[in-house]
Amino acid sequence: MRVMSYREAVIEALREEMTRDGNVFLMGEDVGRMGGVFQATAGLWETFGPSRVFDTPISEVAIVGAALGAALVGLRPVAEIMFVDFTGVAMDQIANQVAKFHFMTGGQAIVPLVIRTQGGVGFGDAAQHSQSLEAWHTHIPGLKVVMPSTPSDAKGLLKTSIRDDNPIIFIEHKLLYQTEGPIPEGDYLVPIGKADIKKEGKDVTIITWSKMVLDSLEAASLLEEEGIHAEVVDLRTLNPLDLDTIIFSVKKTGRAVIVHEACKTGGFGAEIAALIVEKAFDYLDAPIQRIAGIDTPIPYAAPLYRAVIPNPDKIAQAVRGLL
Amino acid sequence: MNQAKLGKTDMLNLFKKMLLVRAFEEKAGELFQQNLIPGFIHLSIGQEASSVGTCSVIRPNDYVASTHRGHGHMIAKGADPKRMFAEILGKSTGYCKGKGGSMHIADFSLGFLGANGVVGGGFPIAVGAGLSIKLRRTDQIAIVFFGDGAANRGTFHEALNMAAIWKLPVIFVCENNQYASTTSISYSLAGGSIAGRACAYGIPGYTANGNDVLEVREIVGRAVLRARSGEGPSIVENKTYRYRGHFEGDPQKYRSPQEIDGFKKEQDPIAVFEIRLKTAKVLTDSAAKKMRKDVAQIIEDAVHYAREAPLPQPEDAMEDLFVNP
Repeated sequence: MRVMSYREAVIEALREEMTRDGNVFLMGEDVGRMGGVFQATAGLWETFGPSRVFDTPISEVAIVGAALGAALVGLRPVAEIMFVDFTGVAMDQIANQVAKFHFMTGGQAIVPLVIRTQGGVGFGDAAQHSQSLEAWHTHIPGLKVVMPSTPSDAKGLLKTSIRDDNPIIFIEHKLLYQTEGPIPEGDYLVPIGKADIKKEGKDVTIITWSKMVLDSLEAASLLEEEGIHAEVVDLRTLNPLDLDTIIFSVKKTGRAVIVHEACKTGGFGAEIAALIVEKAFDYLDAPIQRIAGIDTPIPYAAPLYRAVIPNPDKIAQAVRGLL
Repeated sequence: MNQAKLGKTDMLNLFKKMLLVRAFEEKAGELFQQNLIPGFIHLSIGQEASSVGTCSVIRPNDYVASTHRGHGHMIAKGADPKRMFAEILGKSTGYCKGKGGSMHIADFSLGFLGANGVVGGGFPIAVGAGLSIKLRRTDQIAIVFFGDGAANRGTFHEALNMAAIWKLPVIFVCENNQYASTTSISYSLAGGSIAGRACAYGIPGYTANGNDVLEVREIVGRAVLRARSGEGPSIVENKTYRYRGHFEGDPQKYRSPQEIDGFKKEQDPIAVFEIRLKTAKVLTDSAAKKMRKDVAQIIEDAVHYAREAPLPQPEDAMEDLFVNP
């Protein structure tokens, strides 16, 4: 096992897949010589040259649409949208074109396209650069939505995504890029649609994804000191959703807490809560709790943005309230 | 077909293709009147010189991205009217197994990358096809058809800029039929010219009489030559006119019947070409009559096929969401 940052894991996944398959290429704003604003494509322009790693104009619609067009005729683009907030600019292409082409052409069109982006609260990026918009994308049938929390998952899931023949929204988190973790040796893949139990426990199930996995694990270790054994389920992909793992865990613990950074109303947590009620109602010993962002735009100043998103203390507090 | 070598047979094929497009569209209008079409349709009657002329100067392996008014483009690219009618009637043997309908009809085996239900939705897709051509180093080209209304979409400008900076082999073929849905371009188009917008991107912008199939061929042919030789994109603005409403059933309060009749009498692309062919002794009255009869038979057979074709099964709606789910 090697130790690597999340950012390095993303780069290594891209490098390996570009080496393996000449049809894979990268496009996006500042992904070339600069290596991306989060340096998540650093060094690839130098290795693969400007015909396979290239900067685009600030044209999100055309970035996604051109990547779609290239995918439709046989290439495997990885298009970067710098902030998930800007997928709003490209939403016609994502929702009306990319997600639907395979279906509306009766299966003729194949769309092997990965849209890489990143979201979440960082350090004062404020309302237009800090959102968690995964629920927009999970609400569109035809898109897979992948949100890894660890370097190992980021690498394995990105490689799988690039090899997948379906369109994928791959959402990284700006605060995860510097986090480090062990990376398996060799060419490994992580399956899309398979959750991972990051910590086992018998008292309560915490269901979460992306950076909130780290916060939930921290909460779980606080709780462990108090004798409360929380299980932390990292969904890793929201669509397809590994419902079996969720239900199996909830049946075991009888308690479910769903944690996400995105604001609560209409968040993906509501979907999970509904599914648990549908599939495991009789096993619940307490109401399902959702620990989520408050329904506001993300503010600028640190005391303000910290106030509107979950953290380990808030998660631990919610769990204590259930027991 | 090459412009310089356009022989008698080529001329007659152009004429016959235009007849086929019109007959298809007229029949589609009839089927709509008979409530046999589940959704809404947009017909291109009056615009046949643009679709047929443009597609006659490109190769079978070139790409075409089309619009909501795309039946003519698809027929001109070589699609099978049987499977087209089957799709429009929502049948399982249609091009998209009844999942797309008129606005999403596609034949990827012909490089026809689909009609598109979103105005201006096809521009970036054609740029992507052009990008792939450049990355794969083939000598294909990509055409994107669009209406005058789409020239006011942001995708038009993003796509033009991208195609121009990368010198992509993409031709932006506008079918300026003078109305964006129900809104006249005299109201909605700043600058008054779509081809004129090309100068902002440093590329050629050509204007053609879009009711003259030979002129469309000549002008689009120039853009094709430029694209194939790696010099980059062009805009071609075919000035034309649609006889029907924006959609079938459009009450058309925005124009007078006299305006439509004027175009039909003076500039009908099929009538204009027919007179020219007859004057040049390329086409006789009896040959024209036979051609119309043949085309009517093709359409009749296609409609018969489509009407007899099975409806999709309800469970088919669950398929084709993902590849290898």
